Amino acid sequence: MSTSSISLPATPRLTLRLALIGAVVVLALIPLLNQLPAGSALHVGDFIVSITGKWITYAILALAIDLAWGYCGILSLGHGAFFALGGYAMGMHLMRLIGPRGAYGHPTLPDFMVFLGYQELPWYWLGFDIFPYAFFMALFVPGLLALIVGYLAFRSRITGVYLSILTQALTYALMLAFFRNDMGFGGNNGFTDFKELLGMALNTPLARAVLFYASLVALVGSYWVCTKISVSKLGRVLVAIRDAESRVRFLGYSTTQVKLFVFVISAVLSGLAGALYVPQVGIINPGEFSPGNSIEAVIWVAVGGRGTLVGAVLGAFSVNALKTWLTTAAPDLWLFALGGLFVAVTLFLPKGLVGLFSRKVEK
Amino acid sequence: MTSHTILYLDDVSVVFDGFRALNNLSLFVDQGELRAIIGPNGAGKTTMMDVITGKTRPSAGTVKFRDSDLTLFDEAAIANMGIGRKFQKPTVFDALTVFENLELALKAPRGPVACLRWVLAGEARKRIETTLEEIGLTARAHDRAAILSHGQRQWLEIGMLLMQDPELLLVDEPVAGMTDQETEHTAALLRRIAGTRSVVVVEHDLEFVRALDCKVTVLCEGSVLSEGTIDQVQNDPKVIEVYLGR
Repeated sequence: MSTSSISLPATPRLTLRLALIGAVVVLALIPLLNQLPAGSALHVGDFIVSITGKWITYAILALAIDLAWGYCGILSLGHGAFFALGGYAMGMHLMRLIGPRGAYGHPTLPDFMVFLGYQELPWYWLGFDIFPYAFFMALFVPGLLALIVGYLAFRSRITGVYLSILTQALTYALMLAFFRNDMGFGGNNGFTDFKELLGMALNTPLARAVLFYASLVALVGSYWVCTKISVSKLGRVLVAIRDAESRVRFLGYSTTQVKLFVFVISAVLSGLAGALYVPQVGIINPGEFSPGNSIEAVIWVAVGGRGTLVGAVLGAFSVNALKTWLTTAAPDLWLFALGGLFVAVTLFLPKGLVGLFSRKVEK
Repeated sequence: MTSHTILYLDDVSVVFDGFRALNNLSLFVDQGELRAIIGPNGAGKTTMMDVITGKTRPSAGTVKFRDSDLTLFDEAAIANMGIGRKFQKPTVFDALTVFENLELALKAPRGPVACLRWVLAGEARKRIETTLEEIGLTARAHDRAAILSHGQRQWLEIGMLLMQDPELLLVDEPVAGMTDQETEHTAALLRRIAGTRSVVVVEHDLEFVRALDCKVTVLCEGSVLSEGTIDQVQNDPKVIEVYLGR
């Protein structure tokens, strides 16, 4: 396994940088083109804005998975849980902001609580009306969960497929828990019918553009964080752990500590992605915890090219573009296409889409 | 146990499913000593290294490095105490370059944040370059370790061991796959390191052991069969019987 892009020579690195800047500029134009009159040749529809905004948050999730899997060999099949927890934290904030505008008109309690006969807000809902607190929790809760699960798993040297199963079970367990009405998270309906965020009415072009740019900034920021890690000595320690963990221990590195460190960062980035995702799609429910979601996200990374950050982003965009097209063109085929794609990439493109380009660059 | 003893194994046994890989093994290594360990396959040489480096926990007995009870620590902690190990089968990091492999082994703070902030300063770079020179891989410094030959991988492993700057070096079959000239070079290198460090070498190649010119311990069935100079042990009837058959 030599999928790391650590020692790219200078010229391709420059090309890569220019390509990335170009991609960010093109993405940044989308909400602007949306402002053009509908008759204009360059006009971009609302649908494109909202779906691209959603894909950007997926790309952040893909980066997070790639950091843990592509670099450090931690194949988590439960990253969707961190994403969903970030989403739920943001969803709680959005629910609190509905205030008395709910169907029952209760001043503080969200509709589902009134319906379920709650008398007052559960203690863990307190503070979520304050944006900075809710945003902090969107990052903190996934990070804390990763810290606990990671500590227990890595300390006991659970690796490989066992870790994958463990994380898969984790997201499944959370899904079942969030389905329960008495958890206080809206049961199987989750949260929806959001009204506003930071004083902006949602579902307006302005809110769409602001959320889009916020997501883009978050993506660029996450990319920067992951690049910083991957080019540092820590990045080389991660690759070494991925390829020969026990050897790294004999060099005096506590691999438990190092893995925990990236796992937590990865979970925090996933939480960030989820927090940006929910206001854009307008709903969060326990379905986001479903094991299939986490597996799908891993497939984005595999298709794009694990162990390269560009690959993760490219994979998230291309697989989701394919999904959007195929689920309208031939909805029944999507799962077969997804499975087929994964098999094909594993067999013929072990380095993913990025491998197609870098092969040209290397030779 | 004298004050000069750096490594102290007393009455150590390791039992795997009823099989005694080590059987009341006692071994003392002095500070600055060079020690060769030989023995037939299955004598417990590698298990002994595993016990010292924390990979295997002994079923019974005492394992001490200076005053620390090694059975209480994990691999990383033991490595940081100053025990370096070169494995029988060279395991270097294929995805990294020769230079990066050495940089990773270089003695420096090992925490994740320290690694994130690590900057390769002049002195560290110089140490890596000196080691590259020593192991004859200067020209290959920026090649991926994956494309090295077996002998070069051996050298890289030895280089990584040197970078760790350990007080005790455990070297498992260092010259397998090396040319005669390289073998001589390795023997000279190990002799030079010993004196300031303690070195324990496990090797099959008796010519190489002779070149090390040090005290030899013969292991057999998990315990010490004989100890002395290479000539003494080669003439020991018990050793002859084990090596040449009845």
